[in-house]
Amino acid sequence: MSKREEVKLVNVPSPNFIPERDMGKPLVLEASHLGIDFGGLRAVDEFNIAIGATEICGLIGPNGAGKTTIFNLLTKVYEPTRGMILLDGKDTHNMKPAQVCEAGIARTFQNIRLFDKLTVEENVKIGMHNHIHYGTATGVFRLPKYWSEERRAHEYALELLNIFGMADLAGEQAGSLPYGAQRRLEIVRALATQPKLLLLDEPAAGMNPSETEDLMNNIRKIRDDFQIAIMLIEHDMKLVMGICESIVVLNFGKIIAKGTPSQIQNDPKVIEAYLGTRKEEQ
Amino acid sequence: MLTYLINGLSLGSVYAIIALGYTMVYGIAKMLNFAHGDVIMIGGYVAFCSTSYLGLGPIPSTLFAVVVCTVLGIVVERLAYKPLRNATSLAVLITAIGVSYFLQNAALLIWSSNPKSFPNLVGSIPNVVIGELVIPSTAIVTVIANLLIMLALTMFTGRTKMGKAMRAVSEDKGAAQLMGINVNRTISVTFAIGSGLAAIAGVLLCSAYPTLMPTTGSMPGIKAFTAAVFGGIGSIPGAMLGGILLGVIEIFAKAYISTQLSDAIVFAVLIVVLLVKPTGLLGKKVSEKV
Amino acid sequence: MKLLSKLTKNGYQNYIIVILFFAVFQILSSTGHISNSLKGQLVPIVVYVIMALSLNLVVGISGELSLGHAGFMSVGAFTGIIVSATLQNSIPNGSIRLVFAIVIGAVFAGVIGFLISVPVLRLNGDYLAIVTLAFGEIIKNLLNITYVGLDSKGLHLSTKDIASMNMKPDGITILNGPMGALGTVKISTFFSGIVLLLLVLIVIQNLVASRCGRAIMALRDNRIAGEACGLSATKYKMIAFVTSAAIAGSAGALYGLNYSTLVPKKFDFNTSILILVFVVLGGIGNMTGSIIAAALLTVLPEMLRTFRDYRMLVYAIVLILVMIVTNNEKARDALTGLLRRFRKKSVKEGTANE
Repeated sequence: MSKREEVKLVNVPSPNFIPERDMGKPLVLEASHLGIDFGGLRAVDEFNIAIGATEICGLIGPNGAGKTTIFNLLTKVYEPTRGMILLDGKDTHNMKPAQVCEAGIARTFQNIRLFDKLTVEENVKIGMHNHIHYGTATGVFRLPKYWSEERRAHEYALELLNIFGMADLAGEQAGSLPYGAQRRLEIVRALATQPKLLLLDEPAAGMNPSETEDLMNNIRKIRDDFQIAIMLIEHDMKLVMGICESIVVLNFGKIIAKGTPSQIQNDPKVIEAYLGTRKEEQ
Repeated sequence: MLTYLINGLSLGSVYAIIALGYTMVYGIAKMLNFAHGDVIMIGGYVAFCSTSYLGLGPIPSTLFAVVVCTVLGIVVERLAYKPLRNATSLAVLITAIGVSYFLQNAALLIWSSNPKSFPNLVGSIPNVVIGELVIPSTAIVTVIANLLIMLALTMFTGRTKMGKAMRAVSEDKGAAQLMGINVNRTISVTFAIGSGLAAIAGVLLCSAYPTLMPTTGSMPGIKAFTAAVFGGIGSIPGAMLGGILLGVIEIFAKAYISTQLSDAIVFAVLIVVLLVKPTGLLGKKVSEKV
Repeated sequence: MKLLSKLTKNGYQNYIIVILFFAVFQILSSTGHISNSLKGQLVPIVVYVIMALSLNLVVGISGELSLGHAGFMSVGAFTGIIVSATLQNSIPNGSIRLVFAIVIGAVFAGVIGFLISVPVLRLNGDYLAIVTLAFGEIIKNLLNITYVGLDSKGLHLSTKDIASMNMKPDGITILNGPMGALGTVKISTFFSGIVLLLLVLIVIQNLVASRCGRAIMALRDNRIAGEACGLSATKYKMIAFVTSAAIAGSAGALYGLNYSTLVPKKFDFNTSILILVFVVLGGIGNMTGSIIAAALLTVLPEMLRTFRDYRMLVYAIVLILVMIVTNNEKARDALTGLLRRFRKKSVKEGTANE
């Protein structure tokens, strides 16, 4: 038996950070070396992030940088080619989108995806699906459990809709709502799944400044009331700088900068990615 | 063994020609034209009448059948399908079924339900005999016709302006329209070609299986549709490949396993292929953008 | 008005329609105001209404096109016939035997539906449709080579012919391959059909209004969003498919026990299509529409008897015209314009007469 050599141990610098108030609580999301290839194209590469329990994080970058692809990786619409995703400490490897949702990630979509032919209330109840407890047979034979659970679901759905003052729209068909209301309904539906992390894909797209203002307040309120983490993709810099505590900037599938809003605003690499270099301008 | 292979290729070529009509219409109008099989039947009857009553030769009667079916295809498209351009695909499907009923029952009234014995239009050409093996002339003509049609269609969609317009419409109707392509005319032309091919298929099918009834077209129609899906619906080489494979499988199943189960075997093969390759042998994979 | 909307929201109007339908025909037939040919149509009407409801669960609620529904119906029909023939001596009462036949027919069709749904639900859209068509044809082919006989030792099965079942001399043949079932004792009645129809309505409507039905419809409207909400697409699509197959099986058993002879060829592709026509004409996802369309279209060929040879042609034209009018705005406007003019005219005439 050979003698064991003493190896020198060093501290590994972690590329991640979270808000100070979330220290001591488990990380809601930790992704390391995440990447995906489409054919020969490296759409996302070396994506590392940690999100604290109640953090609001912004994901920004030019068009085609891979922001929505990151959301699709986190929710397993795409299976990552490389890397690992820990959701609340649990590895999501080989999970399906439905399982990821049960594990605690809910999302909205860039191109709205509501259940158009169902009512607003039914849309929210679909979000609550895994928290309404009765089986198929109970539903078919309308046993007492059916009535009590449906009543509870109805009340909770209205309560959630009231966050955005939409309780009076409960009976409307979702597909016939105006655009802004559809975006808000998607957020309510996502919240109804009782997530630990809420992913919002361009929540303010197509909204006017006053609507955006309301949305900002509501996002903050959701975080405070539900004590969940929120990650959002947004092009409206006023919203991003106004509510995000940390910001990740993506370009060509890679992270080019991470930090607080003020750090990001002054980062030369970010300015370059958005505006181009001086040479190109001439 | 070789005889079965030749029979299979011959039957498969007929399926391939029918499947081409299905695939072209599906690729461009995104509709399942269930009446396609009945156009074959009409083609058969027209050729039958022109040889038996008008005394026309094989080639003029075939041409006559092609003309009649082409016109029929255009008329049906104008009257029944064009008003439904923006309707759901199910609504169009049901309309196509209505057209199918219509053609079958019209044929029933005109020609009655008694089967007609179809004269073998290619019978004048002698069979080829190699040693013990007899290759029927019908098989030779069918396979050659199939190859010629395939070649002509590939040239047409690849080289001509109309063919390019067809490919553009099948990719993106809206964008094609914005580029100045007359989408309605393109769809009409597609129907015309598909129906013309159906007439040829009708003549070839009836030459090989000479009983002609108002329901003659429906089962080959369903099988050719299966062949189109088998090869990857929307793809011209796919229809060709699917048709021939289906024909060969059917003949071999009949010969070696069971006559009664041959259809079941054909369909079982289709199911297995779709499970391994969900869009058919040569179909393109289209994934939804999230 | 408010009451009416509440009624339609819960689908109660469908129960009322069915009960009224039963009452009217029961009175008509007991007072002898109904032709024998129509009387013979009563059970088939109920069967096709149930089939339309069953298919609507797949096509309308779950949003998948099935072109092989007659296959499940045939499984139910022939299972029901075998069950009834087997129990003939032990349960002489026809109604009780019918209940057994329907339940076992439904279970069998449901099991077949489950086996088929595993591969089918891995596909999408038109590919899924063609595979259901393929399964329908396969079932028909398999039934064509099925021989079932019964003797004092029990049931015998063969895929070759009657002789190879090796029955004792006292044996009777129940299924005779392509010749199908011969000598079935007819035990289906209009009343039992109506009871089954009401039960089916309750199952479908309650399912749709429950957590499970919501999930099925959500996956129809947007599969990706549904999965992002934690719904398992396979599970819920399968529930819809299997329930529908079982219901089709129950309708099949009722149908099979309404005739003394029945051939497997009866349940071919055209029957599947016929049922799909009911569903589409009645309005996809609309249960009331399915009931009315199935009932009317089953008796329509009978009503078109005056056109004699032309009746199927007229049927085809009616079908095409209805599709165009309901799906094309111009045609619809033209029709409503025509109706309005007609109404004005008749109103004018009415006032002139006064």
